[in-house]
Amino acid sequence: MSVDDDRPLLSTRGLTKYYGNRIGCADVSFDLYEGEVLAIVGESGSGKSTLLSLLANELAPTCGTVLYRMRDGETRDLATLSESERRLLLRTDWGFVRQDAREGLRMGVSAGGNVGERLMAVGSRHYGRIRATAGDWLQRVEIDTARIDDTPRSFSGGMRQRLQIARNLVTGPRLVFMDEPTSGLDVSVQARLLDLVRSLVREMGLAVIIVTHDLAVARLLSHRIMVMRAGHVIEAGLADQVLDDPREAYTQLLVSSVLAA
Amino acid sequence: MSAAETGPTHGYNFAYLDEQTKRMIRRAILKAVAIPGYQVPFASREMPMPYGWGTGGVQVTAAIIGRCDTLKVIDQGSDDTTNAVSIRKFFAKTAGVATTTHTAEATIIQTRHRIPEHTLKAGQILVYQVPIPEPLRFLEPRETETRRLHALKDYGLMQVKLYEDIARHGHIATTYAYPVEVAGRYVMDPSPIPKFDNPKMNMSEALQLFGAGREKRIYAVPPHTNVRSLDFEDHPFRVQQFATPCALCGAEGVYLDEVVLDDRGGRMFVCSDTDFCEERRAQGFTGTMSPDWKGEGANGGRQANER
Repeated sequence: MSVDDDRPLLSTRGLTKYYGNRIGCADVSFDLYEGEVLAIVGESGSGKSTLLSLLANELAPTCGTVLYRMRDGETRDLATLSESERRLLLRTDWGFVRQDAREGLRMGVSAGGNVGERLMAVGSRHYGRIRATAGDWLQRVEIDTARIDDTPRSFSGGMRQRLQIARNLVTGPRLVFMDEPTSGLDVSVQARLLDLVRSLVREMGLAVIIVTHDLAVARLLSHRIMVMRAGHVIEAGLADQVLDDPREAYTQLLVSSVLAA
Repeated sequence: MSAAETGPTHGYNFAYLDEQTKRMIRRAILKAVAIPGYQVPFASREMPMPYGWGTGGVQVTAAIIGRCDTLKVIDQGSDDTTNAVSIRKFFAKTAGVATTTHTAEATIIQTRHRIPEHTLKAGQILVYQVPIPEPLRFLEPRETETRRLHALKDYGLMQVKLYEDIARHGHIATTYAYPVEVAGRYVMDPSPIPKFDNPKMNMSEALQLFGAGREKRIYAVPPHTNVRSLDFEDHPFRVQQFATPCALCGAEGVYLDEVVLDDRGGRMFVCSDTDFCEERRAQGFTGTMSPDWKGEGANGGRQANER
């Protein structure tokens, strides 16, 4: 453990985004430490995805800052990164698992090529090694290695999400953003995917920011939960605390509206 | 303009385009030469021929041609196909320049799909007709994004394409328009020349200009510039090999066309570069299918491949 561990990996202060007069999200501040899983929950339109895009530096905030501690230990303001630094960060130190696998994958490129893309983008030029690494990662996400040359078009929804995870984790990132990774999957597939994510998070010591409207996902994966409503964070705390003893009326409503199986 | 008065065809400016247009194209060419492999946008004009017939190449040629130039035009290596003949006639008519079919005599060679077998010399200019200048086009459809990728030298995507080739075919199956890296910086589409010709681009003494009329881009490889074909460490770039020499002139180590002779499987392989083949035959070289074929060893074991 390095001395850096007591400094946050990502920290944000007063993050705000306006779409014209409408609020996307307003005044969000938190710290995220290495190995920590933070769930952002709330109903649709509450600003979850806007917040995620702001954190991942895909949208420019109206005001507020996002600070990130780079691999060299230096903490940088993401708004000051050059385009090439930003891209390098995106494909080495970060991962982004999309809700729709078609956005996160190259659908016309084989599974092996999808996983290998990041390796090639950071300069790997040895076919055999790229392929071996890709095969290894397909195994880790429980995809049959015999399908390494098939395109994701022929994959099921669950397999696509797992392939997306492999593609993002191949460069050993420290922070992964996930935008509703389990929505649209049936319950048993969801359970397996969550299991997989949980074990990978533990093995690799990943920090994860996961956006979800599914409180069960938040409970299974996360250490901390932030509840959003109409662009504002209305409650934040430890996962168990928020889910078992919600303070805000809205959170109480959210928790009580989960259907018991 | 005196050029219009003394031009070979009354009513047209020298080499068809007006002087202001030529100036604009020359500016683009100068910029392209200054940044090897970079695609310079230019205000492409309507030409009296359809897109796909070499409107880009014709505009580049029109902008650089002078009265003392000798022009050669080839299409797939051949001097006598429709495209080559009509472009040659076009400049003979509008610029009144000398034309030739001999590579060594030409000062400007406009080409479609081939680089001549004769090694080009200093002072010669090779003008390529380019249909799709963007090497990343079929991988990334957005123009804004491909420009950004070029700007950031972000060429992982190109490598993914080659990876896919090997994964599907066991080797890099791209045989034409094979992507190259120019001067260690820009990745460039060398136009649909066979990858056989790629090594000829490297450190060439001649200036190489590329014009894409429909896509409105000009790019260039200046003389003595490094041009490297992309590959993998364990799957290095390799050119096609031909099992037989040219059936007419016996040349080896040149690019051959397959000619189907009948409907019972008869075929012959002949030089794609017709001028090169004719010159060799004039020098007395023969191949297995030439009328005066004298049998094995007729060429005295000599190979006319001067490269």
